[in-house]
Amino acid sequence: MEIAEKLISYKINSSEAINTRTLKQRLREYKGRPMSLILKLLMLISIILSAGVLVMLIGYILVKGIPALIKFFPSIFAWEYTSENISMTPAIVNTVIMTVLSLVIAVPVGIFAAIYLVEYAKRGSKFVKIIRITAETLSGIPSIVYGLFGYLLFVIALGMGYSLISGAVTLAIMILPLIIRTTEEALISVSDSYREGSFGLGAGRLRTVFRVVLPGAVPGILAGVILAVGRIVGESAALIFTAGTFAAVPNSLTDSARTLSVHMYALLSEGLYTEQAHASAVVLLVLVIGINALSGYVAKKLVNR
Amino acid sequence: MKLPTGVKFSNIKMGDIMRKYKEKIMHIVFLISACISIIAVVTICVFLFANGVPAISEIGIFDFIFGKSWKPLENQFGIFPMIVGSIYVTAGAILIGVPLGILCAVFMARFCPKGLYKILKPAFELMAGIPSIVYGFFGLMVIVPVMQSLFGGSGKGMLTASVLLGIMILPTIIGVAESAIRAVPESYYEGSLALGATSERSVFFAVLPAAKNGIMAGVILGIGRAIGETMAVVMVCGNQSILPEKLTSGIRTLTANIVLEMGYAADLHRDSLIATAVVLFTFILIINTLFTVIKNRSRN
Repeated sequence: MEIAEKLISYKINSSEAINTRTLKQRLREYKGRPMSLILKLLMLISIILSAGVLVMLIGYILVKGIPALIKFFPSIFAWEYTSENISMTPAIVNTVIMTVLSLVIAVPVGIFAAIYLVEYAKRGSKFVKIIRITAETLSGIPSIVYGLFGYLLFVIALGMGYSLISGAVTLAIMILPLIIRTTEEALISVSDSYREGSFGLGAGRLRTVFRVVLPGAVPGILAGVILAVGRIVGESAALIFTAGTFAAVPNSLTDSARTLSVHMYALLSEGLYTEQAHASAVVLLVLVIGINALSGYVAKKLVNR
Repeated sequence: MKLPTGVKFSNIKMGDIMRKYKEKIMHIVFLISACISIIAVVTICVFLFANGVPAISEIGIFDFIFGKSWKPLENQFGIFPMIVGSIYVTAGAILIGVPLGILCAVFMARFCPKGLYKILKPAFELMAGIPSIVYGFFGLMVIVPVMQSLFGGSGKGMLTASVLLGIMILPTIIGVAESAIRAVPESYYEGSLALGATSERSVFFAVLPAAKNGIMAGVILGIGRAIGETMAVVMVCGNQSILPEKLTSGIRTLTANIVLEMGYAADLHRDSLIATAVVLFTFILIINTLFTVIKNRSRN
């Protein structure tokens, strides 16, 4: 038995393992089977095309953007925006404020809603079904429709004007379904024996949720929140008609403010500042890649746990 | 009831009551939070329809939807060119994105070496996370000049927008189709291999048909994304509000119409743009319903 195991491990470790085939052997398999060969080639071509587009996009933005960043270096990060320096610092600051505000509104509501769905509601009841359907509807609505809705309700009807807060509430509604869904999944993944143990020790439902279930679900919730941050940072259509396009660091929540994505749209639609648009594209792309990597890292931690 | 020394009976009672109320109060808080998504959908419907429907009835529903000329200054509000534009561009995106996406998904699920998969999977996730304005910028700076040199003209138009949207919906389709293919029982594949089919033939003719419903759900999700996409399309579609004559002619989609003119529109013009959003919203609702139906069918 032991000898056999050793032999197998030797075979696997050595370069001439029995299961590896040379390229020639592999190609020979397709002889007289043109259909299989064509299918395989089609797959390879499409994967190369798709990955190639991504590489091209990132490559193009880095190659064009980094020199532009260097060229305008100190002035493009000036604290105040003027029509000469086209500074993106106010836009970056606004992006951070907008992200925090939207999360402050959406995360508690989303987590509470998921707690209700998983821990309190009867599974499969009609009410739960309705909430699921509406959450799915919300996640399918295009961002421009959110923008118009935010404009009609917050900017006009509630008189909040083009402001940070109008934009943040609109975005909060937009990311709500994402937060509900990821939190739900995280809560469901917590084993029932935790809950039973907690109830068995005499804890009430609320204590069980907050002290036992929720801590176990934190990495899953966090991964969802980070994904939501990515959506907020990249959003432009929903913000143009709610937060407006004013390029300055705001003094209050009722000031109009453009985020980095909106800043990029404004530069492109004016058509005068292509190089500055390149520079802001790099910053935006690096932000998004960083957020994505962070979300992947947190999700991996969840799996390894 | 015997109590430990130092603890008053009334304290326990108070604590019990507090806890009971806390449970009740938090239960209600959770319930209200859960209701917010219902409230949001209802409010969105009410506000859009309340502002859009009067405009549609003032213009006349037939003139609005089938009217071929959009001239706000002359009080002509026909969005037919935009509806056609949205449908054409979405169809183009599907023609490009779906075959490419499904082939990639099959490769990812069945033929991808583990090392490569570890790179490709996060790469496609990143592709889904790139902001649409960045895609639009890339389209404007790279795809438009290429189209210009290939077909002449401005380079902006239906074909360019379709290509860009096809790229944008790729990660959605790959993600959903891959998990659908992975969900097919291994016995389908093994059975086909045992009958003498090659690995490729087994995957494409035994496994893939079994994943049909899941893949359809992914395609519909892609359609929803393509029809609702705004910022990328507005950069590359040319924005002419006329019926397209050829593949390269400039068009305008429903979403582009809203974002281009909302900034300065007033009165009936503004309301007609909201009515455009109502039409778009109706499209999305239909697509969403289709998605739910097909997803439920694939689960059964």
